[in-house]
Amino acid sequence: MSLVQRSNGRPYAKLASNLFAIFCGTCMWLCIATLVLLLWNIFSHGWGRVSFDFISSPPSIIFPEKSGIRPALGGSIYLIGLTALFSVPIGVGTAIYLEEYAPNNRWRTLVQTNIANLAGVPSIVYGILGLGLFVRALNLGVSLVAGALTLTLVILPIIILSAQEALRAVPHSIRTASHALGATRWQTIWHQVLPAALPGMLTGVILALSRALGEAAPLVAIGAATYIRNVPSNMFTDEFGALPLQIYNWTDHSDKDFHVAAAGAIVILLTVLISMNALAIVLRYRFSKRIQW
Amino acid sequence: MPANLEANLHLTDVLPHAADELSALAQKVATKAVDFFYGDHQALHGISLGMPIHRVTALIGPSGCGKSTFLRCLNRMNDMIEDTVVRGEILLDGEDIYRRGADVVELRKRVGMVFQKSNPFPKSIFENVAYGPRVAGIRDRGVLNEIVERSLKQAALWDEVQNRLRDSALQLSGGQQQRLCIARALATGPEVLLMDEPASALDPKSTAAIEDLIFELKETYTIVIVTHNMQQAARVSDQTAFFFEGQLIEVGATNELFTNPREKQTEDYITGRFG
Ligand SMILES: Nc1ncnc2c1ncn2[C@@H]1O[C@H](COP(=O)(O)OP(=O)(O)OP(=O)(O)O)[C@@H](O)[C@H]1O
Ligand SMILES: [Mg+2]
Repeated sequence: MSLVQRSNGRPYAKLASNLFAIFCGTCMWLCIATLVLLLWNIFSHGWGRVSFDFISSPPSIIFPEKSGIRPALGGSIYLIGLTALFSVPIGVGTAIYLEEYAPNNRWRTLVQTNIANLAGVPSIVYGILGLGLFVRALNLGVSLVAGALTLTLVILPIIILSAQEALRAVPHSIRTASHALGATRWQTIWHQVLPAALPGMLTGVILALSRALGEAAPLVAIGAATYIRNVPSNMFTDEFGALPLQIYNWTDHSDKDFHVAAAGAIVILLTVLISMNALAIVLRYRFSKRIQW
Repeated sequence: MPANLEANLHLTDVLPHAADELSALAQKVATKAVDFFYGDHQALHGISLGMPIHRVTALIGPSGCGKSTFLRCLNRMNDMIEDTVVRGEILLDGEDIYRRGADVVELRKRVGMVFQKSNPFPKSIFENVAYGPRVAGIRDRGVLNEIVERSLKQAALWDEVQNRLRDSALQLSGGQQQRLCIARALATGPEVLLMDEPASALDPKSTAAIEDLIFELKETYTIVIVTHNMQQAARVSDQTAFFFEGQLIEVGATNELFTNPREKQTEDYITGRFG
């Protein structure tokens, strides 16, 4: 009786509301449980394999327990370095142009919409583009440079969008004040806007690079090696591998012991990724504390 | 009423003199039939106004009448707003600032601006004041120190901040921040100072400090100030211009305009009947 009165003649409203809350809660716990299970599964298998030898030796076709990730890790590091080298100037430059220079017209809206759309394109599509454009048309072959350029395509939209967001977060009054003091547009951007936007941009760049680090599909598409004995020494000619490709190669193996090596490699990859994300979070936190407009 | 009589006598004595004195002065800034458009919207209609050198000109009028727009024309800050058009002439020392080939950056060094909402850079107090001279190419540490000290003293802020020049400007109080913005504007060595409601967000004490400051600054600068506060306009300015719906309705010596307005609209506004 009291229930009916309280809920205004809809006795099931409260029940429905409770059920919905329980449903949502269950979903959340399912997510967390899956994640924990996954992590536990990988760490319990792979942790035993993680050692200095594992990181510093090349893989073996025959002996899973002697296999290491040196060439793959080396390839990944070179790839990320080159990708950063290509994507950061282009991405940040594009963002600055769009935010600070481009007139607000239909052309700009068109470009803006397309960048947002490109961020959602599956990475394999960029892999195929990379194969046609960098590997074949530009004749770069299956090289680190071609791989890094392909990964640049993948993460460029993310870098541009996050850099734009960081620029937009800089209050307009700062630009106005700078111009009113006789600063040129370039001086205003260089001395005021960029320093204020830098931590935000850096966060975006780190997150984008961590995405690039985990990508396998575009590298498979351009034909990167899934099994390789040496760290590439020439970025234009040498074959190269990458951690995700090595993991892919090992998990595909019929010998179960290679799966353990794969788990070890995943532990390394995850550790690097989590550290990068943590760095991004720290940067964002320090940024928001240091500057309150 | 003897007091009243005295006031009247005093005014009739002073008024023609004030007006004469103003018109005898050279005009530092003068606008000739200035129209201004935001896209299709005309915000200013044929404004002709002379601002005498080393005097304070107050712009008053109801919200949206175009005071800020007019002020931003004087240092071409409107250039930054897309799709705007200026017509007519704006002369600084007799030279049209919108002429072909005019150097906007140079203009803004000569015509400084203080905004309604204080907007210090998220940098140290020192860097805020040194920014103008720095972008103008001054690198010498000694010179910069000197400029910063002089500007902060002029803005009556030096005593409060001299020991914390390295601290972030954002730690200052609202009134201090606004004086910092004034110091920053003075550091570029302007000849004209434009102030858009510089005290509207401040408490009475900070407001008084800024008004005193304006009084001192007019010795060396030509000041144009927008204000919604009639008493403030009466206190600090020598000349007052009343704007209404994008038109300049009346301009005159401040005493004269406030005690004896020629136009009905001016009288209605200053007596608080609208706006
Ligand atoms: N950036 C802008 N774009 C388009 N229209 C504008 C812009 N700024 C001002 N206006 C318009 O121009 C007219 C004058 O505005 P302005 O800001 O100069 O008024 P104001 O006298 O300074 O008012 P207030 O006392 O409220 O500050 C208003 O009708 C306003 O809507
Ligand atoms: Mg205004």
